[in-house]
Amino acid sequence: MPKITFITSENETISVEGTSGSVMQLAVDNDIKGIDGDCGGVCSCATCHVFIHPDHFEKTGVPGEIEKDMLELDDNVTEYSRLCCQLEISDSLDGLIVTVAQ
Amino acid sequence: MLNENTKVPICLVIGASHAGVNFAFSLRKQGWTGSIIIFDKDPETPYHRPSLSKSYLTSADETNNNLLKSLESYEKENITLRLGVFVKKIDRINNTVITEDGAIHKYDKLVIATGARPLIPPIKGLDKATEVYTLRTAYDATTIRRKVKEDTNKRVLIIGGGYIGLEIAASLRKLGTSVTILERESRILARVTSPMMSQFFYDVHTLNGAQIHTNKNVSSITSINYTNTITCDDSTSYEAELIILGTGIIVNTELAKDAGVQIENGIKVNQACQTNDKDIYAIGDCTFHHNPHYNLFVRLESVQNAVDQAKIAAASICGKEVVYNSIPWFWSDQYDIKLQMVGLPFDCNETIIRNEEETTYKFSIWYFHNDELLAVDAINNAKAYVLGTKSIKEHLKINKTNLRDSSLKLNLANLILKK
Repeated sequence: MPKITFITSENETISVEGTSGSVMQLAVDNDIKGIDGDCGGVCSCATCHVFIHPDHFEKTGVPGEIEKDMLELDDNVTEYSRLCCQLEISDSLDGLIVTVAQ
Repeated sequence: MLNENTKVPICLVIGASHAGVNFAFSLRKQGWTGSIIIFDKDPETPYHRPSLSKSYLTSADETNNNLLKSLESYEKENITLRLGVFVKKIDRINNTVITEDGAIHKYDKLVIATGARPLIPPIKGLDKATEVYTLRTAYDATTIRRKVKEDTNKRVLIIGGGYIGLEIAASLRKLGTSVTILERESRILARVTSPMMSQFFYDVHTLNGAQIHTNKNVSSITSINYTNTITCDDSTSYEAELIILGTGIIVNTELAKDAGVQIENGIKVNQACQTNDKDIYAIGDCTFHHNPHYNLFVRLESVQNAVDQAKIAAASICGKEVVYNSIPWFWSDQYDIKLQMVGLPFDCNETIIRNEEETTYKFSIWYFHNDELLAVDAINNAKAYVLGTKSIKEHLKINKTNLRDSSLKLNLANLILKK
């Protein structure tokens, strides 16, 4: 099962395994602080912003057009920003480390 | 004031809605150490509603994958869910609520998050029609999905061309179902958007094979052998096996009203989401509240309002001085179209339509009152939505000439008038 590690704004490190769905859903299911997913995962609210570990960006790839624009709602956006509702869990994400945006 | 019997303060929440559940978690985050108990007559683990008319309807997956929070999260935060329990009365004199089993529950703070329910229009024969559904709950959506899938030849007629009706239509067309929409007004979405947007969605639905008929006021329904004949007051009639009502909502204010809580167009709350009773708050779709940015009293049916009011009420109950001051936003997904809306276009005296050059399925409508940007509706154009949000929040003045010019890139540098 792909393992994904979340680092929260309180510097808590939580590693969880998931089989399907989005990284956002995995985070909500595991009560990861700072990932709200208010819109339920349809790229409409930008409340699941994470920074991908720079070494892992090839695992996730770049955001799509709507996602990229939605990220601009947050002033903290960086080149490693993703909305994790748009990251589908698969084996290729195994070992992924993300930091939850403030 | 602490509860006299237990000395542990109790916060009761009526409604395990988006607002109610978010409130409970926010209250913990704000440091509330007392009990939190959420009541809802819906027996399902609390779930996202917006997806019910969209991905939930088309999903092949029968499991509930749209939970607001996992059950473990409620345990972890010590939030008690009392699901399938109907609250029948609020007793403000004794600070209690009474559930249908007659049990009395004391509260120190009470939060009403009762939302709304579908309005059933007074149509002759509707009560005797076969297979009439509304869509508000997971049960409703599951039932519609099952009925449509068990016989793909069933024809569906949707009464009401608002967002809920159109989203259901788009989902059912994805499943290949025959769909007809009857709208009473001269255009779909008449109450909620501009004529151009109405026309756009009319065209999108027509292209995707949904039949839309406007100026159709349904007057009667007759049902013979599982087929309904829906007749309008212009004497036209339509046949369908399934009827879905998308005819608006009634706000669930009765509990509050019976308890003497002030009601206007919803439960009246102040800037901290507090009602006229200092121990009772109300949040979400059921509230009638002031929006400072627009200086308007409004009732909003949206996730944004549910989440933001939940946070405000939680902070206020924990003793913080807070003011609800959000710019409303909404979305709707139909077929491959993403509509995102921000702001409230009341008082609009000018609209500017900005088309993007790459495709006709990407544009935005900008609503102004003189130089003040009020709202933006964006079709497949998150950039316009985001720029609109920033401009509205910060009262930025828009360069209207540049906005109209689709050869100029949509960005803040081009869009904002230099001072």
